[in-house]
Amino acid sequence: MLADITLGQFYPADSFVHKMDPRVKIVLLIVFIVGIFLAKNLIAFIPAVLFVILAARMSRLPVRLLIRSLKPLRFILIFTFILNIFFLQGNLPEGQEPTPVLDWWIIHLTAEGILQALLYSLRLIVLVLGSSLLTLSTSPIALTDGLEMLMTPLKVIRFPAHEIAMMMSIALRFIPTLLEEADKIMKAQTARGADFESGNILKRAKAMIPLLVPLFVSAFRRAGDLAMAMEARCYHGGEGRTRLRVLKCTWRDLWGAAAAVLMVAGCVLISEFVHII
Amino acid sequence: MLKNLIEIENVSFSYEEEGEPAVKNVSLSIPKGAFYAVLGQNGSGKSTLAKLMNGLYKPSSGTVKVYGMDTADDDKTWEIRQRAGMVFQNPDNQLVATVVKDDVAFGLENIGVPTEDMPARIEQALRDVGMQEFADRSPHHLSGGQKQRVAIAGALAMQSDIIIFDEATAMLDPRGRQEVFSVVQQLNRNRGLTVVWITHYMEEAALADRVFVMHRGEVVLEGTPSEVFSHADILKKCKLRQPPVTEIAENLREKGFDISSGVLTAEDMVREVKRLCASSWKK
Repeated sequence: MLADITLGQFYPADSFVHKMDPRVKIVLLIVFIVGIFLAKNLIAFIPAVLFVILAARMSRLPVRLLIRSLKPLRFILIFTFILNIFFLQGNLPEGQEPTPVLDWWIIHLTAEGILQALLYSLRLIVLVLGSSLLTLSTSPIALTDGLEMLMTPLKVIRFPAHEIAMMMSIALRFIPTLLEEADKIMKAQTARGADFESGNILKRAKAMIPLLVPLFVSAFRRAGDLAMAMEARCYHGGEGRTRLRVLKCTWRDLWGAAAAVLMVAGCVLISEFVHII
Repeated sequence: MLKNLIEIENVSFSYEEEGEPAVKNVSLSIPKGAFYAVLGQNGSGKSTLAKLMNGLYKPSSGTVKVYGMDTADDDKTWEIRQRAGMVFQNPDNQLVATVVKDDVAFGLENIGVPTEDMPARIEQALRDVGMQEFADRSPHHLSGGQKQRVAIAGALAMQSDIIIFDEATAMLDPRGRQEVFSVVQQLNRNRGLTVVWITHYMEEAALADRVFVMHRGEVVLEGTPSEVFSHADILKKCKLRQPPVTEIAENLREKGFDISSGVLTAEDMVREVKRLCASSWKK
């Protein structure tokens, strides 16, 4: 089961979105998030929803993958929606009374409140879909490369951009190795009578100690070996380093940026001129 | 023209200042195009010696010169390491990237090779070790022998003329060992790659041009494999054994069979036995 673990969620495909520059995609995601927080009502959300649908179509990702990315969110979604319909009354102009839908005992539901709860849930859904589009369409290498390049200006304030990107890529390289090792240790300890499955949370947490100690010892040994191997291969930090993968902006990125700007403009303008709740 | 690529003179090295030296007063030189083996048990100092050869460790006394450059000279460190590549024991702990091609590129990126020159060098290096079809795979899905071949490609791409193998086959299964060893032999024969092969496998050392036997930090035996393996007593003291075929050949000779000394491989043995059969037929 550990053999076919995938790194991150990357889903390889040959598409417009996959071919976009990871730096641009990261920036566009941030712009997109700002946009959906600027959208003040459901109508203003239309450009954001259209943008996500367009991006999803252009990425040629299977729809079920995108839906699946919402799955961990289902409890939060239901929970916030239910709480919100009870507590929200909608942002009504001064002096205007909300339209009651249900008024019984301590429960006061209003049409405006329900709409607003819908808006909040939609915001969460669109937010997660947008981020999933980035991680599904960008390989971990491209993602770390993109992050490194974006963080480079921060080197002025001595921010270790290269080092952080290097650590991220080494972590990605060793996640499957360490998982496999954890599996091996677990089996070895089980063979000696260790019990990882029964007992309450406290007992199970305690049972992890004989798994974690050898895992850490081995991870440190690996780190020592790796540092030696990297030094033997002339690694001496980011200075004077060239790279195999060079990121290039293309016309695709321009189109992407234009679409994102249009979307944000749409969200802001509609929020400004259309007041429904 | 430089004859010896690595020149080690009276080198001692200890990990702690006052401690027992791990390498004691070793002198040896490695000529261009050679396939030299360093043989020794655990703790004999052979791995330490390997790490002295490319400046990972600096000698406590004596000098190590690679291409005439002193490893104690900090300005030359990167040039020395580019010339003298190294392949380590654990295949998992020396690959850095999540894709084979990127890993081979790692050394090139470090020494600042222009991006446009990289793909050709990577492809050539991978082809030299027969791993070209794995260029886009993740190292995690490769076998131990394949990972070691990728590590070799990493050194080849940097155009190292010497590769030091620090027990590169110790953690592999017999098939992987064979696979890696034959790739290295081919590179040595066809490309003139200079090889320093650190090992505790007699069978591998038997195929080298010259063997150095280390014991407690000292070189106790040196010579061609047949010279070295004829000293069964010294090898025994170093907790090493002759290759099994050599042992059988010597036992047979003691029993009065006419087998010449210097049998190191199964092929040698077959030849000797055939000769023996032929001569007894004549009688």
